Amino acid sequence: MLLAAFDWHALFFTFFALLTCGFAVAVLFSNNIVHMAFYLILSLGASAGLFFLAGAEFVGAMQLMIYVGGTLVLLIFGVMLTAQSRFISMETRSGEWVMAIIVGGSLLFLLATAALRVEDWRSGHPNPAKVGLAESKTTTQIGMGFTGVRVDKLDPDVVGSPLVPGMSGYLLPFVIVSVHLLVVLVGAAYMARTKRRATSTGAAA
Amino acid sequence: MIGISPVSVSHYLLVGAVLFVTGAVCMATKRNALGVLMGVELVLNGANLNFVAFGSKYLRAESLGLDGQLIALFVIVLAAAEAAVALAIALNFYNNHATIDVDQANELKG
Amino acid sequence: MAEFFHTTCHLPAPLAYLLAAIIACVLIIHVVAVGALIFIWLERKVSGRIQDRLGPTRVGGAFGWLQTLADGIKLIAKEDITPKDADAMLFKLAPYVGFAASYCAYIALPFSDGWVAQHMNTAVFFILAVLGIEVFSPILAGYSSGSKWSLFGAMREAAQVVSYEVPLGMCVVVPCMICGTLNLVTIGNMQAGSFTNWLAFNDPFTFIIACVYFTCATASVNRAPFDLAEAESELVAGFHTEYSGLRWSFFFMAEYGSMFLVSGLAAILFFGGWHGPIPIAEPIAGVLVVVVEPLVNIGRYLLGFIARDIGKVTDGAVAIQIANLMGCLNFLLKGTIGVTVMMWVRWTLPRLRIDQVMTTCLKYCVPIAAFGFVGALFWQVFEVPTLNDLPSPIGINRSVAHESWVVEADREREIRAQAVTPSPADLPGESVGSFDSAAVDSLVMKGGAR
Repeated sequence: MLLAAFDWHALFFTFFALLTCGFAVAVLFSNNIVHMAFYLILSLGASAGLFFLAGAEFVGAMQLMIYVGGTLVLLIFGVMLTAQSRFISMETRSGEWVMAIIVGGSLLFLLATAALRVEDWRSGHPNPAKVGLAESKTTTQIGMGFTGVRVDKLDPDVVGSPLVPGMSGYLLPFVIVSVHLLVVLVGAAYMARTKRRATSTGAAA
Repeated sequence: MIGISPVSVSHYLLVGAVLFVTGAVCMATKRNALGVLMGVELVLNGANLNFVAFGSKYLRAESLGLDGQLIALFVIVLAAAEAAVALAIALNFYNNHATIDVDQANELKG
Repeated sequence: MAEFFHTTCHLPAPLAYLLAAIIACVLIIHVVAVGALIFIWLERKVSGRIQDRLGPTRVGGAFGWLQTLADGIKLIAKEDITPKDADAMLFKLAPYVGFAASYCAYIALPFSDGWVAQHMNTAVFFILAVLGIEVFSPILAGYSSGSKWSLFGAMREAAQVVSYEVPLGMCVVVPCMICGTLNLVTIGNMQAGSFTNWLAFNDPFTFIIACVYFTCATASVNRAPFDLAEAESELVAGFHTEYSGLRWSFFFMAEYGSMFLVSGLAAILFFGGWHGPIPIAEPIAGVLVVVVEPLVNIGRYLLGFIARDIGKVTDGAVAIQIANLMGCLNFLLKGTIGVTVMMWVRWTLPRLRIDQVMTTCLKYCVPIAAFGFVGALFWQVFEVPTLNDLPSPIGINRSVAHESWVVEADREREIRAQAVTPSPADLPGESVGSFDSAAVDSLVMKGGAR
């Protein structure tokens, strides 16, 4: 029966993959900066769908929240602050396009062959139906991983299995990243503020 | 038709490659500083997609495990930080030079 | 639901999933669209009463029930104008972006125990994320209109929503921290029993957090007194100055949709979700079963020629579904109360200035939310008795539930053991199509919720 053999994962993957790639290409070929921002939103949103499909629910939601809801709003804010009519649409010279297409095409060819060469990557999961539904319940594990314990590496069949090397999580990188984020935000706010130079005329620059 | 072969890591890598290449070309060709920034976002997102694909237990029997997702989260956070700084630089440039064209940012050229 | 169609009605699996998905879609779109119809009428009535007027009285009887329908017909009949300076593509798309985001967030919002379009482990997070996307609608609309009033409105909206996401996120984290999960169904079920078990009354800090949440939610859905983006005294009509007709009404569908969404989220996170203040649902359901059971049996007999296996539905299932239905009504009531409070606030308080909006967020909401977060954290860490511990707990003792991730890990171990021997129901589409099964959640819940 045709319907019974239907692979929903493949269907949704194709859908989201086409959206992601299509809007990414639209970002590239659009000249209007505001249209580019809009296509970027759609592309990143669709790739969040791909994350959901790959079983990374938390990362997908994070992508929607931080990337699409935070970073891109910031970006659009920047676009609107600098959106004078002469900057909205800036043509790229055709010579640059030719170079870009050649270099980009060859890079894409290289990456695609690399992706399709490895047999282990090309063959899907031998039995996807066997993967437990619980495999996507990774939120707690991610949280524990960031606070220093990799509960996902505990042996599920042994209660109270001992800690072994490789089970330490990402506590130090997490702390470094959080401090880094704070420093970056303070720095960005400092740089972007309107500077008022105390000149003799008193004009604000 | 893709529906016949199961979705594998390779398919995700292909999408990631397309995102990476469009992002890289975007960075190279756009003259608007914010367009360059959008290219960077696309590149980072392509890399993220690869991390998640390698870490997904639905795609491979022997996957990278949770590390893929954890690193993807780090990438997202760092991308936010990067965007904030780059945007601040772009706005500062715009304030000082009244243009957003990266080709005109040539004061440091020898 | 897909399982029901598949196993009971003998539909092929893809068709069953498709049917279940369509039913879920139609139900949700009715919540958004019919909800908007009712809430717009309600808003007119509430504002009328607050201002000592009658509100609509003509269309559809003495209470003007059909006023919104008449408005809708008027809006459909209006001409759809695109200004000359507008960026036509973005101008036309912007209203749909907002509506799609508002509609999309309902995917993860449970209306009763297990009555949710898609079970998600990260439901809270997903809803917040999608609500954050909604901001693109005013921004794009404002930018693409080619009018300075619209652009000002859009800039205000962007600044406001991005700022208010910070305290909103901090407030939402607190119930998740107390329950140890991001799953809204789990969070709702942990508040079963009497109202003392509701998270808002868990400790004083969570009550403060609930108040801050409601303030920030009002701001993030862009309602008065925070509706700077459409301040008619300053900006004509803000971001929708140039819109007319059906596109204009899409902005309002989105607004009322997200109003109910954040109120429903407040109900689940802080006010017991689908559980009433007093646990009377079970006895009432027990009484109702006596009435409904014969009807179901007749239905089974009549439907027997379609699906012979409907008889397999266990007897307890009827009682559970009746309890769920009552829970759903309970939840809708709570959500409506939240929306009504938002209207009450709108017609009572004057609009803030833009600097006051920012001050409210950054100088008041964020510190208060942080204070409440730390307070609630210490309350949990030192296991200070909660209101629920003082009288003999009627519902479950939530201290059991604190370790819910351990419970989930145990469940995973069991599921992994089951996955080794696949049951005949395991079909190719199922493994990925439903990340999370109702069974897993309900079993986690069986810690005592029901």
